[in-house]
Amino acid sequence: MSVPYAKLPAWAEYGLIPLVNLVVAFLISGLVVLIVGESPLEAAYHMINGAFGRGEYIGFTLYYTTTFIFTGLSVAVAFHCGLFNIGTEGQAYIGGIGVALACLAFDRTLPWYLVFPIAIVGASFFGALWALIPGWLQAKRGSHIVITTIMFNFIAASLMNYLLNKVFKPLGSMSLETRTFDAGGQLPKLDWLMSIFGLSVGSAPFNISFLLALLVSFGVWVLIWRTKLGYEMRTMGHSPAAARYAGIKEAKIIIITMMLSGALAGMMALNPIMGEQFRMQLDFVQGAGFVGIAVALMGRSHPAGIIPAALLFGMLYQGGAEISFEMPSISRDMIVIIQGLVILFAGALEHMFRPAITRIVLGLSPKTSDVAATKGA
Amino acid sequence: MSELAIELKGIDKSFGLVHANRNINLKVRKGTIHGIIGENGAGKSTLMSILYGFYQADHGDILIDGSKVDIRDPNAAIAAGIGMVHQHFMLVENFTVLENIMLGAEESQILNAGITKARAELKRLEKEYALEVDPDAVIEELPVGIQQRVEILKALYRRADILILDEPTGVLTPAEADHLFRILQQLKEQGKTVILITHKLREIMAITDEVSVMRRGEMVATRTTTETSVEELAELMVGRRVLLRVEKGEAKPADVKLSVRNLTVRDSRGVTMVDDVSFDIRAGEIVGIAGVAGNGQSELLEAISGIRRAASGTVLLSGSAIDVTGDADPAALRKRGLAHVPEDRHHVGLVLKFDESENAILGYHDDPKYRKGFLLDVDAIRADAEEKITAYDIRPPNPRLKTANFSGGNQQKIVLAREMERGPEVLIIGQPTRGVDVGAIEFIHKRIIEMRDQGKAVLLVSVELDEIRALSDRILVMFAGRIVGERTPEASEGELGLLMAGVEGPKEAAE
Repeated sequence: MSVPYAKLPAWAEYGLIPLVNLVVAFLISGLVVLIVGESPLEAAYHMINGAFGRGEYIGFTLYYTTTFIFTGLSVAVAFHCGLFNIGTEGQAYIGGIGVALACLAFDRTLPWYLVFPIAIVGASFFGALWALIPGWLQAKRGSHIVITTIMFNFIAASLMNYLLNKVFKPLGSMSLETRTFDAGGQLPKLDWLMSIFGLSVGSAPFNISFLLALLVSFGVWVLIWRTKLGYEMRTMGHSPAAARYAGIKEAKIIIITMMLSGALAGMMALNPIMGEQFRMQLDFVQGAGFVGIAVALMGRSHPAGIIPAALLFGMLYQGGAEISFEMPSISRDMIVIIQGLVILFAGALEHMFRPAITRIVLGLSPKTSDVAATKGA
Repeated sequence: MSELAIELKGIDKSFGLVHANRNINLKVRKGTIHGIIGENGAGKSTLMSILYGFYQADHGDILIDGSKVDIRDPNAAIAAGIGMVHQHFMLVENFTVLENIMLGAEESQILNAGITKARAELKRLEKEYALEVDPDAVIEELPVGIQQRVEILKALYRRADILILDEPTGVLTPAEADHLFRILQQLKEQGKTVILITHKLREIMAITDEVSVMRRGEMVATRTTTETSVEELAELMVGRRVLLRVEKGEAKPADVKLSVRNLTVRDSRGVTMVDDVSFDIRAGEIVGIAGVAGNGQSELLEAISGIRRAASGTVLLSGSAIDVTGDADPAALRKRGLAHVPEDRHHVGLVLKFDESENAILGYHDDPKYRKGFLLDVDAIRADAEEKITAYDIRPPNPRLKTANFSGGNQQKIVLAREMERGPEVLIIGQPTRGVDVGAIEFIHKRIIEMRDQGKAVLLVSVELDEIRALSDRILVMFAGRIVGERTPEASEGELGLLMAGVEGPKEAAE
């Protein structure tokens, strides 16, 4: 007999527990703010206001959210197949090449709505290519995916350094970036979407790739829970022995999964390159790949969890920037501490409050202890 | 001093809605071997976990030697003189026997003094109970039977007077099990009290003094072993009359369906596990492979079903070759009419985290009837699962329930339904009733015989000799990777046992 771990109702499992974890993370963050001699309440105000106070702030929050949805989905897809892809960072970086090439080639001849699909294909292609090599090494040579993808992040960084220096940089320019794209390489902002709610997007780079992120989230759900490929990926992820028994081609599934994961990572590059800067800059990924790991963990690798988790991190990024702007004694590093605490409580210490919450919830309503586990339905 | 080593009064324990133990009363007399039997999920393990301090009872008292004790955790249980040998051993694999026995009872930060003391104590225990173990052997290099002995020594080292053994023979060979029983007898003679949890009725009859039967969380009866019978105990366990030996008619063997010639399989270290094995199976017969676990049966099944690559040999399925030495594809073999119920349903035959309906298509998920264009047709998959649930009486009848939440017997039925319902030409079954309760065993055995009567060829591998003898039309005995003999099911247990032990090797194998 296994240890009976009482099943919580969905609202407690996916609502209450994450909420309690978040509240604790914020309370401890407040203590840290108190220690440096600032008011936690004021910091909280700036955090919330900075993330949601005005249309422009919301625009920035959703801009970051878009980025984190892509990287979160990338990590999640690999998770389902039992692969821990740490290389989302590098794959997103390399994916930028595809976006840049598409824009540099067509921005002066084609409208954005034709360049965008080409850039999507380019971003996916280069992202997938960068994930293919670690995937192949894992599938055919047994090299551990965690090690190879970490290494490939470094290789990607060096490669991009070289390419931006020697290939993409226009003659005579001093900064490591491509030329600025013309109209065809610039994605439209979603001011119409914001204006429905009576808000103005202002200078925020909230662009159409947000809608792509939502569409791709749905696509990932279909892939994982409604296709044969997704079924085989999940079988592999839960039990490689069962997959072999079922005649699932292990090597093939590993390689395909890694390429999909890389393609999703690559699409992240659309948002900053075509949506904000209109050029490819050095280090444009800025750690979003690693945030994707936290987003996927928090969102339990399910698109319906990844979107709110990405929104939370978007809020921390935008609101955090606002805190350090409004309260100079709280540096940027302090924001990293707060983000770290959120990851710690929501991810690593996920089960800390579970026994107590289980006792309380099941004590309140004994009926809910019934086993009713359905997922992805 | 009391007559009773343990007395449980009105023990009650619920997990949410699941009432695992309901007002349990139990008296275990000192210096006896007391059996506790019941089907999977009857509440045996929960009750013992309460006694050993893993859980606390909601109500009820535990009396040890006549005085009430409060067992809050395993340390308290050890202090009260209770030792437990778990079904899955709690040993550190890369430690030596001595280190494992000392673990948690080191007595000081400096190990040296403790080691000397432990070594002397171990010597004494070995002598007293005839439990020979090399104290410096590393655990992972020892056979399971010896590892279990280490567990028993661990409990004795902690001065246990009451020893609880949870399904101790599940992993043992018949010879090892016999040895274990001799040890338990020895312990009893030295005045220790032994509680034996099992679902194997034969063991209960062979070794216990008294036996208590649990069913659905309740203690339904306690009997003196000499005054009861296997039939009565089975009936008490299941709550109805059980057929312990299935009825079956004469086999009508027809054409050869599966033909294995000179099959040799090596494991990843290059050790030969299956050594030049040849046999045929005809339509309409069940061929059983008897043998002690680890003599190549698993590898044989895996090679035939295309999971493991063979080193050499040929296998013909309905007359055409299977590429066993190359890339035999399990999915393609299924399409050719080879169904496989694997030995390990938890890790191979099922994905425990999947919904029931998702497991009902595992390996057959390629079938176009589960597809709607590019997507999986979830409705068709669930409808199909529901049909199988009805046909095989799988409980609870919910295709959306997570597979891990089904009992062992029902999980096995999920696998059997999947593999049998398509009417394969050849059915390969490994350990069809391992960890399955008595009621389900009867059902599964009937189904296997039905397959035979429909003219299918069945290859059966089981470590339960009773099962092999009850079902097979011919018995092949495997030892050290070779088939060392063929017998009819009428052959005596002793004769088969000798073959299984490799005592009576084939003449031609003389080297």
